[in-house]
Amino acid sequence: MSGHMNLTLKIWRQKSDKEKGKLVTYPVQNISPDMSFLEMFDVLNEQLITKGDEPIAFDHDCREGICGMCSMYINGRPHGPKRGVTTCQLHMRSFKDGDTIVVEPWRAAAFPVIKDLTVDRSAFDRVIAKGGFISVNTGNAQDANNIPIPKTDADAAFEAAACIGCGACVATCKNSSAMLFVSAKVSQLALLPQGRVEATARVKNMVAQMDEEGFGNCSNTGACEVECPKGISLENIALMNREFFVANIK
Amino acid sequence: MSKLDSKIPEGALEQKWENYKSSVALVNPANKRSLEVIVVGSGLAGSSAASSLAEMGYKVKVFCFQDSPRRAHSIAAQGGINAAKNYQNDGDSTYRLFYDTIKGGDYRSREANVYRLASVSSNIIDQCVASGVPLAREYGGMLSNRSFGGTQVQRTFYAAGQTGQQLLLGAYSGLLRQVGLGNVEMCARHEMLDVVNIDGKCRGIIARDLITGKLERHFGHAVLLCSGGYGNVFYLSTNAMGSNVTAAWKAHKRGAFFGNPCFTQIHPTCIPVSGEHQSKLTLMSESLRNDGRIWVPKKHGDTRKANEITEEERDYYLERRYPAFGNLVPRDVASRAAKERCDAGFGVGASKMAVYLDFKAAIARYGHTQAVKLGVHNPSADELKEFGKQVVEEKYGNLFAMYEQITGENPYELPMRIYPAVHYTMGGLWVDYNLMTTVPGLYALGEANFSDHGANRLGASALMQGLADGYFVIPYTIGAYLSKEISVKAISTDHEAFVAAEKNAQEIIDKLFAIKGTKSVDYFHKRLGKIMWDKCGMARSEKGLKEAIAEIRALRDEFWKDVRVPGTANDFNPELEKAGRVADFIELGELMCIDALNRTESCGGHFREESQTEEGEALRKDDEFAYVAAWENNGNHTYELHKEELKFEAIKIAQRSYK
Repeated sequence: MSGHMNLTLKIWRQKSDKEKGKLVTYPVQNISPDMSFLEMFDVLNEQLITKGDEPIAFDHDCREGICGMCSMYINGRPHGPKRGVTTCQLHMRSFKDGDTIVVEPWRAAAFPVIKDLTVDRSAFDRVIAKGGFISVNTGNAQDANNIPIPKTDADAAFEAAACIGCGACVATCKNSSAMLFVSAKVSQLALLPQGRVEATARVKNMVAQMDEEGFGNCSNTGACEVECPKGISLENIALMNREFFVANIK
Repeated sequence: MSKLDSKIPEGALEQKWENYKSSVALVNPANKRSLEVIVVGSGLAGSSAASSLAEMGYKVKVFCFQDSPRRAHSIAAQGGINAAKNYQNDGDSTYRLFYDTIKGGDYRSREANVYRLASVSSNIIDQCVASGVPLAREYGGMLSNRSFGGTQVQRTFYAAGQTGQQLLLGAYSGLLRQVGLGNVEMCARHEMLDVVNIDGKCRGIIARDLITGKLERHFGHAVLLCSGGYGNVFYLSTNAMGSNVTAAWKAHKRGAFFGNPCFTQIHPTCIPVSGEHQSKLTLMSESLRNDGRIWVPKKHGDTRKANEITEEERDYYLERRYPAFGNLVPRDVASRAAKERCDAGFGVGASKMAVYLDFKAAIARYGHTQAVKLGVHNPSADELKEFGKQVVEEKYGNLFAMYEQITGENPYELPMRIYPAVHYTMGGLWVDYNLMTTVPGLYALGEANFSDHGANRLGASALMQGLADGYFVIPYTIGAYLSKEISVKAISTDHEAFVAAEKNAQEIIDKLFAIKGTKSVDYFHKRLGKIMWDKCGMARSEKGLKEAIAEIRALRDEFWKDVRVPGTANDFNPELEKAGRVADFIELGELMCIDALNRTESCGGHFREESQTEEGEALRKDDEFAYVAAWENNGNHTYELHKEELKFEAIKIAQRSYK
């Protein structure tokens, strides 16, 4: 068929976090440019199963770029070569016939490998559990329009809240820093009047947990912003640093 | 005597829930601490229920199969959430939301439940805003609304095209707060494989740790299934790849009746199938129908490009057939109309199985208003187009980007190609007014239950129902049951019922590995999906359904003889997970066809070819079918029908008209 591609895949295989992994080469044929990257993996896995081999384990769920579960490091970049997309939204038309594609898991001490391309990102949940919320119990709320919020603030909070928690920022950072992820939540809540009440404790507790999980420090290279599939801005890190500074002199 | 007792409270419709709340038994704080509740699923219903119950003092355990509760598929909902706030002063009220929902559901839902849903809808918006959900606002700082299908008021709250994401992350933050406080134990990467009943009451679950493969027993005084819908029975749907029926189906096999399984929603605006490799379908939010106009060429088999077809040569068939609602008719009506045009040979695109959704008129209209707002006099045509694009981008930017990503076409320049796809399942576990299934102590919330949407769900109502059930209904109704359980001590998981259920789950896993067949799980899933789509999809007939039942039975036999599950049980093994889910989908598929065969009327998303008007509209038969079909599983793939008669006291039942 016209436009279909033959590719060479080099994929990280690792049985568990206890065992060493290695890159294994797999040729795939007749790949349609309309396939998503994960559909190309489906084709490969189908071949492996038919041959009696174990398929490649990889995380994925919604396949529409919003759940944040897919997490492949493709040719040295999280979520592959295109800006602003997750792996599941990357389509094969971004590659050409004869390409070699290297696929690895997220690499960070705080994200141990579970198997092949699947890693454990529960550290993110533990950071959120330390303060990524507003302490309001069900049934306590006043009428939603009682707190007018300037559109610019609401929009800025929304943009920070668009983070999907995929971990690409950590994967691409040379320090494996989670600053973009943590700052997106801190900013979202700091920008809203409802979130100001707990702002001091929130930033302190979340940063402390971030450090405890083994994420590295931020050295302002901005790689996280470039690779974020949702365009979360580096400004959030500046805002969090300010929040953190103010919280610590209080 | 019917086995179904809907437990609808006495009194006038408007007073039922108020009276119920004032009189339902309470559990005192000390007793709550010793009562354990299991929640399966962490979407809107599961997260909101778990956090609310934990705040109240119950001991809660939450299970999800994903790596984090934040991944649940509620996150993918795009358009919005309805609430009868009447912020737009356009005549909305609790009664109107209730009426629209009953009518939209084609008079196949329970009045009392739907009224309760409408009456708590406002509280949901308040709760979400208080917990930091950044819903869209106007320049004055007030919340913004938009229109959705099947209604004539603006009552839909939204956050760009990511409303589900924002609401889920709000509910998730509340859940994680309780995890941090030690009130909720979170079990991610766990899949429920069975429920455990003891002396006629649900007392826990068997779950598999998906990383180690170990089966675990968990006790609970009550179990809440918030495990979502079963659209993936069709293989291709807008559901996430992992969305499955296993939790609900295992509960069904342990005594919970399944309500209206054939009621599935085919969403009219999805990106069409592009080839054999397709693994899922992507929705383009219904909110796009606010501004997009749907059309096909007037000429049969027209192969010209969209831009070459003049206005006079276009058939805006929804506006033509349904002038009162136009492009905003309910989903079932819009889907069938698209299928009708494509089947008649007027479809577009390479496959001819698509229609156009066109934003040209909206871009022009917004261009003019934006130019006025910005004070640009005599704007050029290019400027107008650019202004219009900016407005459209602000409203739907992420959807347009997603469309371009998937199809490689720019929807600002070319009309979108869309076609209906499976999106939501109105059917689900039968529940009473308390959201309890026919097994005492076992509840179903959100999409997992059948209760509020009848035969067709209106847009922006799924998020509303999930959060209503979790935040505002179950915290009251669970008290009616748990107040009688305060003397029950936690039952040891060494109890014979736990041992037997775990053994049963283990045997299924062993059996799957023992087959060592030649075909992958996906091979069977795709075949099941094709049978369901062709014969139990947008149009159903007696002949087709009977064929489908025979084909599914044959497929089931083949699956259990020839499926190949690679790897081992004591390991992270996604193929094993899929195999268990597909085995359950195959059984469910048969029941869906049985249910569709029984219902010889057309209603909502269920269109029986034998029951239509001369104009091809769905023809309901209220004398025969104004009931909920609740199916009891009698083992060995036999099902017994129980009927819950639907009584309409507040609404006069009538054929729907959107003309």
